[in-house]
Amino acid sequence: MTLIKETDYGTPEAINEKTVSLTIDGHEVTVAEGTSIMRAAMEAGIAVPKLCATDSLGAFGSCRLCLVEIEGRAGTPASCTTPVAAGMVVATQTGRLAKLRRGVMELYISDHPLDCLTCAANGDCELQDMAGAVGLREVRYGYDGANHFAAAQDTSNPYFAFDPAKCIVCSRCVRACEEVQGTFALTIAGRGFASKVATGSDDFLSSECVSCGACVQACPTATLIEKSVVEIGQPEHSVVTTCAYCGVGCNFKAEMRGEQVVRMVPYKDGKANHGHSCVKGRFAFGYATHRERILTPMIRDNITDPWRKVSWEEAIAHTAAAFKRIQATYGKDAVGGITSSRCTNEETYLVQQLVRAGFGNNNVDTCARVCHSPTGYGLKSTFGTSAGTQDFDSVDESDVILVIGANPTDAHPVFASRMKRRLRAGAKLIVIDPRRIDLVRSPHIEASHHLPIRPGTNVAMVNALAHVIVTEGLVNEAFVRDYCEWDAFQDWAEFIARPENSPETVAAVAGVPAEEIRKAARLYATGGNAAIYYGLGVTEHSQGTTTVIAIANLAMATGNIGRRGVGVNPLRGQNNVQGSCDMGSFPHELPGYRHISEPATRAIYEKIWGVALDAEPGLRIPNMIDAAVDGSFKGLYIQGEDIVQSDPDTQHMIAGLSAMECVVVQDLFLNETANYAHVFLPGSSFLEKDGTFTNAERRINRVRRVMRPKNGYADWEITQMLSNALGYPMHYPDPAAIMDEIARTTPSFAGVSFALLDRVGSVQWPCNEAAPEGTPTMHIGGFVRGQGHFMITEYVATEERSGPRFPLLLTTGRILSQYNVGAQTRRTDNSVWHEEDRLEIHPHDAEQRGIRDGDWVKLESRAGATALRALITDRVAPGVVYTTFHHPDTQANVVTTEFSDWATNCPEYKVTAVQVARANGPTEWQESYRQHAERSRRILAAE
Amino acid sequence: MPPEKLTMMANQIGRFFAHLGPARAPEEIADHLLKFWDPRMRREIIAHVASGGGGLDPLAAAAVALLAKEVKVS
Repeated sequence: MTLIKETDYGTPEAINEKTVSLTIDGHEVTVAEGTSIMRAAMEAGIAVPKLCATDSLGAFGSCRLCLVEIEGRAGTPASCTTPVAAGMVVATQTGRLAKLRRGVMELYISDHPLDCLTCAANGDCELQDMAGAVGLREVRYGYDGANHFAAAQDTSNPYFAFDPAKCIVCSRCVRACEEVQGTFALTIAGRGFASKVATGSDDFLSSECVSCGACVQACPTATLIEKSVVEIGQPEHSVVTTCAYCGVGCNFKAEMRGEQVVRMVPYKDGKANHGHSCVKGRFAFGYATHRERILTPMIRDNITDPWRKVSWEEAIAHTAAAFKRIQATYGKDAVGGITSSRCTNEETYLVQQLVRAGFGNNNVDTCARVCHSPTGYGLKSTFGTSAGTQDFDSVDESDVILVIGANPTDAHPVFASRMKRRLRAGAKLIVIDPRRIDLVRSPHIEASHHLPIRPGTNVAMVNALAHVIVTEGLVNEAFVRDYCEWDAFQDWAEFIARPENSPETVAAVAGVPAEEIRKAARLYATGGNAAIYYGLGVTEHSQGTTTVIAIANLAMATGNIGRRGVGVNPLRGQNNVQGSCDMGSFPHELPGYRHISEPATRAIYEKIWGVALDAEPGLRIPNMIDAAVDGSFKGLYIQGEDIVQSDPDTQHMIAGLSAMECVVVQDLFLNETANYAHVFLPGSSFLEKDGTFTNAERRINRVRRVMRPKNGYADWEITQMLSNALGYPMHYPDPAAIMDEIARTTPSFAGVSFALLDRVGSVQWPCNEAAPEGTPTMHIGGFVRGQGHFMITEYVATEERSGPRFPLLLTTGRILSQYNVGAQTRRTDNSVWHEEDRLEIHPHDAEQRGIRDGDWVKLESRAGATALRALITDRVAPGVVYTTFHHPDTQANVVTTEFSDWATNCPEYKVTAVQVARANGPTEWQESYRQHAERSRRILAAE
Repeated sequence: MPPEKLTMMANQIGRFFAHLGPARAPEEIADHLLKFWDPRMRREIIAHVASGGGGLDPLAAAAVALLAKEVKVS
């Protein structure tokens, strides 16, 4: 194992079909037109000395180290800013250049601390490398002149330090913040010798910096450096793996010392992230070794008892016996399982297999139930398959970007940076969201239209957009005739043209001026390549599925499907939520989205698994909980999921779990659900196992083990042990063998193997004989279902209505630094940015209630009440309040209700009628919950 | 499961297919219930209707009647 060092070509790749041939140091080189001389040289294996250049950033030409000589041209131009030309003859090493470069380096080094031997970047410092490359032997100016050695360090950021004494003012950090991340938090303040990197605030922590790490990665010296490198030292080997946070699925190099992670560095060849990262993936990995992690199995008879540590053998035998007893007593359908969107495809596949083949029913579900299950139904019904249509790179070719019910800068930050880059280059933006999310107005970006709809009116709004397109003659009729069912289109067009769908009617419902709706619709239909990106603000409604269908209708009507730059793109929440759905985690579907009632599909698995499969759909998570309260569901195996905190109507959830006889939680920590569990099986982190994750663009990425499982077993091994103990044998030797079975049985995965992934990096399904290296864009030349299917999408107002008792509408979401229930990020330094959930409330609503910023407030709905502190902001509209659900002390979901999507039971998190009033502190319920949690987490001392 | 909840869910499904009218909607609603509802949920809503329980909209009621008449629920 070695430390992977990607080649730095100095300037970005030029995309051009035309090529240019030139001579560099006597070698003939042919490159794309527009390529810099520096990059052309590096592509030929000739490294030109450089400091301010790196290939993730545009050429800057400031360091004067990359000078070259060109025959017939005067002077010594910078190779980073000079493009190649046909017939050019370039010399990168001459006596004149050597002298110039040494002179430049002398100036740099005369103001640089000579502490290389004790510097944390020793061995990984480009300044050090360049001193060697240019043959620096002396500094004629000495070291006694004016310098910056006394400049104070900024260690405010928990993850990296800034030491201005070591800064060479190359601007790479500033440019990375602008060009790669798009935050513009850094600048060069002052002039000449006084020039310095500045944040525009007192320090990094209090600045606009989002801690993505791009500046640290770009820094050629130790000026910006990870504190972990300072503390541990330079890594000695690295392993490429995939982040276990959001659905972007960034590739990272886990840079290691033995089995200790020194740092996670975004991998340049990662096809989802192209070398970029966010604060979670880049820095928030410390939870894997957190002191609260549980590494020993535990059991107890009652949820009020303390936990008793036991051996793996005893825990597995105990669980198997309990499930057998329950099934013998209450019937085979009295148990079920929940797969994890944080675990690998292979682990998810095994859990659904355990349920279907081992338990003998289809009571299996996954967290997509509470996020993108409507995407599954909606896109399958209209397009023929449950997946986003594009790859992330497609956004580079979009002219109009419509973001609805998504907040990419917080929830999918690395893709958001990509999107922002395209927006800065001129693409137009439409945002449909009740909140003024950051994208609406951020540095160098401003939405052409922000439609701040009332929560719960998505269908009305998308119908109104379609109404304009149909009634103003903006339909792409040629596309519809060629690729869609014409009769269904005509029915839809007749429906959508009705007056109730007009912007003028919808304006009153959605609270957005009709003219703004009309302008947005015209822009979407006529602005060129138009792409839709949506998130849980679309799906988590009683009409979540209907909105997904309406979005699909909109894309089909305008012909924005089947090529790059367009499409319908669900931004998936968790790292493997796409994969968990692909792997047959839903109770009605086998892997590959094939209904359980299809005899031919069941036969495939019956043959391999050696059992007859139940042809009836099983219970979904909310149905399981209802059935538990009702007494017909008694046992649940939960892998990597915290339904008490993440799912709605907490008190009902707790009632359901409390009514069960055996709840098994397999997780890293004693999460909130474990407070109601009888068996705890310690899980393994993504750093400790092999497998694959599938991201939001259907990209199957490798997860690679960088350390042994601290709990003793990878999660797939634990499921396998449980299955064997239950009497259903599983004998997979490794995750690769599981993927081989997935490929053998699932047409869209037929070509996938670990060998292929190791060879090409990653692939997007479908990956099969027709597409041996995957499918970046879906539905080219026709839809998966044959012809696109328009469906009628009548707006039906949710039954959750505000009124005198509950006059405000609550909507919930995420923040950049925390992730879902926070089990991972709360156990890292990310909490410095968000240590508690806050309730965002408009100044008008706050004033009416006498609420000041920071006050404790009681947030109450018909389902329950919690208390948290207020954040007064006009980011939310009057009448709307917003909070996150990252902290168990708040338990925001005690307020959300049982209402759910009509087709899928996806909860209606985004619309809850509430009242807000000043409070003195936590509610009685919060206090009693806290006490129960404390009692429940007791662990008996070892005998 | 609480019949009120099953009734509400069935009515929600019914409203999505309502545009198809009384001739076609019940069949689509029944098909949805067959494909996505666990058998015990279907049994319970059939039982709810059979015992004179109310609350179902006409289209959803017609769909449940179809389930009760034509579909063998395990």
